[in-house]
Amino acid sequence: NNRTRRRKQTKNQPYSIDNNKDLLLTFIAFKMSRQTAMPTSILDRPLTRGRTEQVSLSAFGLMYSELVQYHQNRVSSIPELERRLESSGYGVGFKVLELLAFRGREAKRETRIMSILQFISVTAWKSLFGKGADSLERSLDNADEYMIFDNNPITSTFLSSHKSSADAYISGIIAGILEGAGFTARVQAVCPSADEGDARGIIGLPRRKDKAVFVVKFADKVLERDAALG
Amino acid sequence: MAFLDLFIVNKSGGLIHHRSLSEKAPQIGTNEWLRIGSTFHSLHAIAAEASPVRGKIDDGIELIESEGLVLCCFQTRTGIKFVLTAEPGTGYLQKVLKEIYVAYTDCALKDPFYELEMPIRCELFTQAVNDVMSRFGNR
Repeated sequence: NNRTRRRKQTKNQPYSIDNNKDLLLTFIAFKMSRQTAMPTSILDRPLTRGRTEQVSLSAFGLMYSELVQYHQNRVSSIPELERRLESSGYGVGFKVLELLAFRGREAKRETRIMSILQFISVTAWKSLFGKGADSLERSLDNADEYMIFDNNPITSTFLSSHKSSADAYISGIIAGILEGAGFTARVQAVCPSADEGDARGIIGLPRRKDKAVFVVKFADKVLERDAALG
Repeated sequence: MAFLDLFIVNKSGGLIHHRSLSEKAPQIGTNEWLRIGSTFHSLHAIAAEASPVRGKIDDGIELIESEGLVLCCFQTRTGIKFVLTAEPGTGYLQKVLKEIYVAYTDCALKDPFYELEMPIRCELFTQAVNDVMSRFGNR
């Protein structure tokens, strides 16, 4: 008897506005519970970082190794591989510039060469690699060249050969940031041997015997503009 | 109490790395090393088949002890065998092999220019093995 009584109570209600509101509320409640239960897509997360996230170096090493092998299977020479890696990094550079400018909440954008280079070697480097670049220098031989030093870039941490080719990715990132900020430049990665004082070792790996230098060569227009600004 | 030689055999039995770890190691030519590598690979496979107790993936020769030599082998899930020879009485053979395996994953497997199953020509790997040896006090 109890069972038949309950069945009568739960028979279908006719469609009405009240039903619609309940439906909407249950839908909202369901969606919210779904959001807390399932991880959100990376595109839906807020741009401002709540807490700094870390990615393991091994995970990056393996994924970057696959990226390099992917390009290597499609080219026939080392310079072509470097060009491809550089263009891969180029897109990253543009986006990194936008993201860091948004997060930094700076009112003005950089217009001088030294300030944009400082932005790259300090802010961009720290955001991308966890620490600032080791130094930023102006070349003594050529007036249009500047050099960013990094004792152990993560793109070539695990490599034993062709390190400057692998670092072309970071060259591309730098070139992308500069182009996005309005400073056309060509960036080249070179790999001279390290001095004794550059102690940049990673725990578990032998000490690196060379360092990476990213040579930034600005276009003439950029240099003229910078000189005109005084 | 010294390690003598290290050799690494790939999945198909080919030698991908060999080096002597001290001066007491016997002087063996490269061709001889290749023969040793493939012979050990075959013996390892036969031992796995002939074993009365089976079941695990890493069946096969783990340790050979004789009067003049101790040989320890570590086989990975992918079929690569790391083989270490040492004087009798040397300890920590398994541990050293595991450390060398870690060095292999870091220096060879993450290098995009290293082809799998090919001879290891990574300088970083050689240096990493040197570091492992000095940490375990190889004289």
